[in-house]
Amino acid sequence: MARRVLITGISRYLGGKLAQRLEKDPEVESIVGVDLDEPEVDLDRTDFVRADIRNPLIVKVIESAGVDTVVHLSIVTTPTRVGGRTAMKDLNVIGAMQLFAACQKAESVRKLVMKSTTAVYGADHRDPAVFTEADQSRSLPVGLSKDAVEIERYARDFGRRRPDVDVTILRFANFIGPDIETTLTRYFSLPVIPTAMGFDPRIQLVHEDDAMEILLRAVLEPHPGIFNVAADGVVYLSQAVRLVGRPPLPVILPLVTPLAKALRRAGRVDFATDQLRFLLYGRVVDTERMKREFGSVPRLTTRQALEDFVRSRRLRQLISPERAERWEQDVFAFLRRQGRSDVEART
Amino acid sequence: MTAQVVSLEEARMRSEAGRCRAITANGRRCRNRGLGEAGFCRVHLPTRPERIGPFQADTVRSMLELARRRATGDYEVDEFGFDREFTERLIAPLVRPLAERWFRVQWRGLHHVPDEGAGLLVANHAGSVPLDAVVMKFGMLEHHPARRHVRLLAADLAFRMPFSGPLARKIGSTLATHQDAYRLLGKGELLGVFPEGFKGVGKGWKQRYKLQRFGRGGFIEVALRARVPLIPVAIVGSEEAYPMIANAKLLARLGGFPYFPITPTFPWLGPLGLIPFPSKWIIEVGDPIPTDHLPKDAWQDAMLVFEMNDRIRDSIQQMLYRNLMSRGSTFF
Repeated sequence: MARRVLITGISRYLGGKLAQRLEKDPEVESIVGVDLDEPEVDLDRTDFVRADIRNPLIVKVIESAGVDTVVHLSIVTTPTRVGGRTAMKDLNVIGAMQLFAACQKAESVRKLVMKSTTAVYGADHRDPAVFTEADQSRSLPVGLSKDAVEIERYARDFGRRRPDVDVTILRFANFIGPDIETTLTRYFSLPVIPTAMGFDPRIQLVHEDDAMEILLRAVLEPHPGIFNVAADGVVYLSQAVRLVGRPPLPVILPLVTPLAKALRRAGRVDFATDQLRFLLYGRVVDTERMKREFGSVPRLTTRQALEDFVRSRRLRQLISPERAERWEQDVFAFLRRQGRSDVEART
Repeated sequence: MTAQVVSLEEARMRSEAGRCRAITANGRRCRNRGLGEAGFCRVHLPTRPERIGPFQADTVRSMLELARRRATGDYEVDEFGFDREFTERLIAPLVRPLAERWFRVQWRGLHHVPDEGAGLLVANHAGSVPLDAVVMKFGMLEHHPARRHVRLLAADLAFRMPFSGPLARKIGSTLATHQDAYRLLGKGELLGVFPEGFKGVGKGWKQRYKLQRFGRGGFIEVALRARVPLIPVAIVGSEEAYPMIANAKLLARLGGFPYFPITPTFPWLGPLGLIPFPSKWIIEVGDPIPTDHLPKDAWQDAMLVFEMNDRIRDSIQQMLYRNLMSRGSTFF
């Protein structure tokens, strides 16, 4: 039972939202948020501690607050935000190591919930079509995938050293929704969406609300183990581009990486080069374990989540579904009239 | 007595209002009362469905609706990426003339394929390019009463290359791995495997219709473990579509391909060499070999796997020889 909760990464969307939800629960006595930046949402009774989790001082924070549940959400996915790949790796891996070391020392800790990513599975053409939690990618992990694999390993090691602690690892698919800002949401907001010519990856998303539900329940209830968290259903990137209603820009393979770098430098979309393979081959995960354990099915499918994103952001679409339907009716009516006038001319 | 001046034109228009628009056999306007907005009388009302150009109006409407939904992303794909609508409405009409007119495929033994439930179709593989897999799949869709979709298992070469990868996924095929196979069989899907693999398609003319080694029998293990029937399929005609008379090994190595086929028309005639020869095809489905009567751990019995491998290979080889003889001449 979570009473005293520590959240790392409170300045980000997930952390802030989680704190807000936990504040509403009277059983949760205290909430401490740790991050380098302040939270962006209004928080009532959450204590904010500006700290770097790589600093061993984090032990003091945990012990003094008598924290029993640690929620580790501060995994950086975009290199530029923190000043490059090396800095990102440092923050992610060293940060996790220090945090788990601190948890190991703190006797009060009873539960660890960690945000991981389906990027641990990588993306390769030799991979199984659908990944289950027991699977590994055929390709060597690089970048974010590598960080996530390492961090998970430390979390599992921690779990072995402290068998009295419940460790829950949530491998989230790509988030999408009205409020959250991710590389993918910025990608879909581009005026023209670049794709790799000849490749059409299968994409699976998770709506920000559904992800929050699972996260909240993982924090408040006992659910030890590793879980893929994703929406039902899959869309192709070509299909997603059409659902978003923007024109695609097919780019030949050799130009994909340079274009990604250019977009990164222009500050539009920060796609880590090692994650570009996701745009070639995609990734789909199995969520049976999540459904069995949490007894719930995500409310929105991948397609519905994407449609909600498009609707809420009021993206200017080239062809909206309504306009397309009107065109269909107009064209049919026009052709019909042509057909009839031909009959008339003949009679 | 008053005289009313009535213009001739007005009188004509009034009498014509509500009249049928058709012209009768002696070339005059029909004088029956018109019905509805079409403006024809009961005699001349077109009973044929409304046409727009060469198409029926309903067909045009459904084509427009399809175009709209595809353009706005309003369609469903399964977790493997199988796009049923794309396969049935966009690709099948392209394969149909190839199979029916060019190859004149004759199907035999289709009743051996169950109407529903999982199964593993095992076929011979030939012809430099896996055209036989495509013809088999779309032929099954076309001619089987339950219009079953065969989920083809392909080599990773298909998924590595641009354009072929997504296309293969969209028509329902996936990587030939145990994991994907089990998952699909668990959902009651009908799988199609070609155990000869590259050795089969890259055989060469001299080895035509001689089945190559069937690998280690991995597909048998899958069928035994999933307890689904093994259904042999013999495809005659694929060898002559792209008869491989030589293999340009250097070009193959340069491109990262297992072989580079040289046919009588390729690469000499350039892109024209890509047109397959119009051989006559016969695809026969043999008696299924059931597996659900065997013990649950039968898949671990190496001798049993070996034996079943031989059995199914023989079955296909026999069907091939029989159909080759009954086919008579190759192209006509």
